[in-house]
Amino acid sequence: MSSTATKDHPQLAAIFNRDEPRVDWHDETLWWVRAKRDIAAHKLPEWELLRETASQIKNNVLSNLSTYLEQFEANAINNGIIVHWAANAEEHNKIIYALLEKRGISRMVKSKSMLTEECHLNEYLLKQGIDVIDSDLGERIVQLAGEPPSHIVLPCIHKKKEEIGDIFHEHLGSAKGESDPKILTETARQHLREVFLTRRAALTGVNFAIAETGEFVICTNEGNADMGAHLAEIHIASMGIEKIIPERKHLGVFLRLLTRSATGQPITTYSSHFSKPQDGKEIHIVIVDNGRSIQLGREDFRNSLKCIRCGACMNTCPVYRKSGGHSYHTAVAGPIGSILAPNLDMEKYADLPFASTLCGSCSNVCPVKIDIHDQLYKWRQVIVKAGYTPKAKTLAMKGMAFTLSSPIIYRAAGKMGRFMFKYAPFAVNNGANPWYKHREMPKAPEQSFGEWYAKRKESKK
Amino acid sequence: MKVALFVPCYVDQFYPQAAIATLELLEKLGCEVHYPKNQTCCGQPMANSGYEHLTGGCNNLFIDNFTGYDYIVCPSGSCTLHIKEHLHSHENEDKALEIRKRVFELTEFLVDILQVKSLEASFPYKVGMHQSCHGLRGLRISQMTELVAEPFSKPAQLLSMVKGLELVPLSRADDCCGFGGTFCVVEEAVSSKMGKDRVDDHIEHGAQYITSADLSCLMHLEGILRRQNSDVKVIHVAEILNHSI
Amino acid sequence: MSSRENILAAVKANQFSQADLPGLEVLSTLTSTNDDLVEKYKTIGSAGGSFVYAVADYAAIQNILHKEFKPGVKIISGIKELGEYTYAADVKHELSHNFADVELCILRSNLGVAENGALWLTEEQMTVRVLPFIAQHLAIVISKTTLVPTMAQAYEKIGDATYGYGAFISGPSKTADIEQSLVIGAHGPRSLSVFILP
Repeated sequence: MSSTATKDHPQLAAIFNRDEPRVDWHDETLWWVRAKRDIAAHKLPEWELLRETASQIKNNVLSNLSTYLEQFEANAINNGIIVHWAANAEEHNKIIYALLEKRGISRMVKSKSMLTEECHLNEYLLKQGIDVIDSDLGERIVQLAGEPPSHIVLPCIHKKKEEIGDIFHEHLGSAKGESDPKILTETARQHLREVFLTRRAALTGVNFAIAETGEFVICTNEGNADMGAHLAEIHIASMGIEKIIPERKHLGVFLRLLTRSATGQPITTYSSHFSKPQDGKEIHIVIVDNGRSIQLGREDFRNSLKCIRCGACMNTCPVYRKSGGHSYHTAVAGPIGSILAPNLDMEKYADLPFASTLCGSCSNVCPVKIDIHDQLYKWRQVIVKAGYTPKAKTLAMKGMAFTLSSPIIYRAAGKMGRFMFKYAPFAVNNGANPWYKHREMPKAPEQSFGEWYAKRKESKK
Repeated sequence: MKVALFVPCYVDQFYPQAAIATLELLEKLGCEVHYPKNQTCCGQPMANSGYEHLTGGCNNLFIDNFTGYDYIVCPSGSCTLHIKEHLHSHENEDKALEIRKRVFELTEFLVDILQVKSLEASFPYKVGMHQSCHGLRGLRISQMTELVAEPFSKPAQLLSMVKGLELVPLSRADDCCGFGGTFCVVEEAVSSKMGKDRVDDHIEHGAQYITSADLSCLMHLEGILRRQNSDVKVIHVAEILNHSI
Repeated sequence: MSSRENILAAVKANQFSQADLPGLEVLSTLTSTNDDLVEKYKTIGSAGGSFVYAVADYAAIQNILHKEFKPGVKIISGIKELGEYTYAADVKHELSHNFADVELCILRSNLGVAENGALWLTEEQMTVRVLPFIAQHLAIVISKTTLVPTMAQAYEKIGDATYGYGAFISGPSKTADIEQSLVIGAHGPRSLSVFILP
């Protein structure tokens, strides 16, 4: 896992592409999820109005976020929920550890939370001697495999069932060579049921936090968030500040968009609304900033905070489909990850906004209308100005700008280029030219259009 | 109406026949077409790579060349989109604004401005239509599959006027070809895989030609086709619309 | 300053000018078609893996349950009319963990959503929060008069009700995490049977 930290997206993507049949499998699987989303969306003639409405609600949230956060906190406390605030990942992890340590708890069950991936919570708790088991099936699989999830909704979409079978055989005692998803899921059900029944602490994420009522909503198909939370003594819920929505009735918009965008289902099996703790039990919420307030202050990029983590942008992105989530070397990958991550560490994630052709498909499947591809373009300008692109590229671009601002130099360069192509093709048709690896260079015509036009003008005189 | 022809730099140097076809087609349809001879490039290769701040010289040159026309027509969706969204100038912002209002990609010019209803063209071949992303999602010259909205296509509308032409269906109507400017070399592995998959889709459906409103996409797909020694050829829509036996 | 103060201050400083909340009336009107809600619920509920039965009365429900579930298994019911089973309210003070061997849990819902097969239950209908999750099988009884077309109307009905916990349940628990292969019965119930009374 640490070996990916030193490689960037182009390198990781090239490694991923060494196995072409596997790339095809990954690409087709994710395209199928995009296709299911299309079918679900087309069943609702009001789909585009839903997107626009959700987008406007989230715009309102971002413009009043401090008020809504205070309102949410007050209402949650009123309901008997204990609220904590964490400025960054480290503080988030420490707060959670303290809650467990105070109660003498050394084992916790977790349901899916990308925020905890971002904060590297599992690794931190492990170092403190806390055993954390991920209960979402996909998350449990990657946990046993010692990998991070590759997709925010489909954590092990990059794994084949035979590989999962091997992992379960090694760690959960399933039969060698067993790869039937039904049998593997049953194995996980039995294993995790025992975990749910024996853990005193459960940690979940938050899909939506309602300012108006202080309740929060968690959406799952498996029921693992509820199994963990209802059986534990303490339920801890981690949320980013941007998970707020103003009023309960707005769920009538977001719950219609979220799962259709994510998997093509009309809704998840469970949409659980937590308001008060059970008698004798506790609910704690940890509200996390970790760079979000900074992103809020970036006028060009604040809209990325509207994200409801549906993953539709990943499913549609041809680059994600053909390079895999791990190529982005960050917790949240794909198009949305590429506009969120540079805010956290511009140097480390300088490659991500360039891992795109700016095709715009992402922006048009986004249920909250984030202008993802426009933000990718804008991040490129910021990253270049900050000096995080290779010097050779900057030199080449300056050369290009110089050539293209002068008609005479441009025409001369064009003529020379075509001459080279014609008489010294080996100068470009070689291994040093990345284009040439899988493509022939374009053929050089006898004359440019400009030259043809000038001749035509002459002959007309 | 005074129409200026804006020829993308790589079309000028490598695919002049597409620009020639555009010029001839516009003249056939009754336009008085000027070719400002000192034009070079719209600046997109630098801007998309994060170097928009270096495009001032390019922008001013563009404004010098293209001020004073009723319409500026370009056989490239991506170059047209770039000018529409990014042509600015400290010294000449009002001229830049005028140009941004008047620049059109070829098929949108033919359908929306000239309102072409018939063409004297024939091209009796099976053709696959590649939807270039900038033309599709940027200029909206066709409806994109992501939206729940009425389908339409300006290029397909024009191609339907060409005798004998058969548009082949595709498995993925608007998946990106993978060119993406400097992406094609910076992310070479993914870029060529994306192009290969597009080419396979067209070949599987029997296309003899792949066409598009954008030669940057076609240049990339052609590179892959020729590496595969394929008989399938690329051709710009202008060349088809201008084609007669 | 505490983290709370710092975060709120940073957020407040970086917020921007007003963006108004949109109204939801147009969406509500567009989606307020009340035709064939039972048919729609049946189709979509079944597509989501639920067994949906339109039944005349509680006797019909009992017949189906007798067929599907062997005698002797632990069944808990939140519905007085299905009197042969352990009544949930009678056991609500037991430890949640005691319900680990429940084979079937039968509950009532007062709100169903046709567009997605979802049924709304609060802690009041569940009696014990873990019951509808820990049982191996779940059955929910609903009256067809409480079906609404979409989530928009559902939240209009819920209004500003107070509950400690509530959930929309739209089918049996499931996962497609292994190669997108749908498997019914993940951590929650292996089946959901929905009985729609007149």
